[in-house]
Amino acid sequence: MLASLTAFAITSAARLITGARALWLGCTPQPVQRLYFANHSSHGDFVLLWAALPETLRRHTRPVAGADYWCKPGLREFIIRRVFNAVLIDRQRPSAEGNPLQPVLDAFAQGDSLIFFPEGTRNLGDEQLLAFKSGLYHLAAANPQVELVPVWIANLNRVMPKGRALPLPLLCTLSFGEPLHLQDDESKQAFLERARQALLNLAPKEA
Amino acid sequence: MDHNTLSLFAGIGALLLLASLIGRLLKWRAGPAPHAVIDNLNARINAWWVMVLVIGIAFVFGKYGVIVLFYGVSFYALREFMTLTPTRRSDYPALAAAFYLALPVQYLLIAMDWYGLFSIFIPVYLFLLLPILASLGGDTTRFLERASKVQWGLMIAVYCVSAVPALMTLDIPGFEGRNLLLIAWLIIVVQLSDVLQYVCGKLFGKRKVAPNLSPSKTLEGLLGGVALATLIGAMLCWITPFTFWQAALMALTVNAMGFFGGLVMSAIKRDRGVKDWGHMIEGHGGMLDRIDSVCFAAPVFFHFVRYWWA
Repeated sequence: MLASLTAFAITSAARLITGARALWLGCTPQPVQRLYFANHSSHGDFVLLWAALPETLRRHTRPVAGADYWCKPGLREFIIRRVFNAVLIDRQRPSAEGNPLQPVLDAFAQGDSLIFFPEGTRNLGDEQLLAFKSGLYHLAAANPQVELVPVWIANLNRVMPKGRALPLPLLCTLSFGEPLHLQDDESKQAFLERARQALLNLAPKEA
Repeated sequence: MDHNTLSLFAGIGALLLLASLIGRLLKWRAGPAPHAVIDNLNARINAWWVMVLVIGIAFVFGKYGVIVLFYGVSFYALREFMTLTPTRRSDYPALAAAFYLALPVQYLLIAMDWYGLFSIFIPVYLFLLLPILASLGGDTTRFLERASKVQWGLMIAVYCVSAVPALMTLDIPGFEGRNLLLIAWLIIVVQLSDVLQYVCGKLFGKRKVAPNLSPSKTLEGLLGGVALATLIGAMLCWITPFTFWQAALMALTVNAMGFFGGLVMSAIKRDRGVKDWGHMIEGHGGMLDRIDSVCFAAPVFFHFVRYWWA
């Protein structure tokens, strides 16, 4: 109850401040299993993407978040676990102890859709999009049935620049592109580059 | 609301009713298949009903209603402008000052009737403050360009738009307590000019008047729209402190300013590679698409009235 009220408040605020306008350019909002992968420049990214989805899809779409940042007891943990029902992954774990993406694979096995940031970390520099980490490739290889949908989140880095408490009320647009799949004999490098390019193609052109 | 205001709104309602009927008739004749021009026309008419309703509600609350209404108009316009204008991370303090300082203070000053300050607050004080704030970020990349954009957006979306509610602050001898009608006259004339230019352009338009800036504007639309809107403005002189010919000249002035305002704002949109400023008004585009002509007409109208009548 408290969690769903909080979810309502957070998504309403996100829409009020930014408009959270969704452009379904390459696909339509359908209840099929998907991995939405987006550019990452702010902690508000997944909130905005989540808020831009229709209510029915939102219930089965979970953000993938870094446990190191979000698992601090208190409000932060309540929000990420109870409100957003996030899949938490441990980005710092030494790889010998097993697959850090296991929680994500478990979520896919349950039939959930996910929100994923393939850059692995927030992009705070001047570059438009960082190189992708290999996580997206491993998820695509293990779940060929899942549609990989690129989503470009425009302007949120201006709404909430790093280290600023007060958001600016600028309009944000989310462009949903055409779904991708890993091809049969596609190498990791080629796939990651293709996925990155598909995401970049959705970005508005800078003057 | 007094008798004049009510009959004015009744007239607008009748006009919209007629427009809606014509829209339905055109749609009925064109058949059930989607028709870009007619569907857009109907969307525009429907949006007009909502806009007239919102303005009517603001008018019920008088001066403060109008101030709150245009505060909102300025906010949405500023937001659309800044969204389409690329700035850098170090522009945050200047943008925050635009949204959270300049915008509320400008409307507060108008509510306080403080002409001496609201007429120079943005052109002088903010003009100096914004680049100071931008310089504190220590980022010199495209500095002048960035500082100009924020200032320009504030001038258009806040300063120019606020000239409309500022009409409430004028003391016009023999016109006491009726300043709302002056606002109504300005909005009706400028917006009718836009509508009539659109209608005349669609019916008779052949020669493009500014193909690079705004391909939909035609010479026939411009002349027909401005002439008709000027005539209507003159015939509405009974709600203003103007005589018939004064009203005609004023209407011609605001219509000319409105037309050029549309051209200037189109040039910015073209340069940014978009067709509309936003999407909040169905069929019309964004707030700035609807008020671009008002932005240019209102300050000139305000100062003309203040100089010659107040």
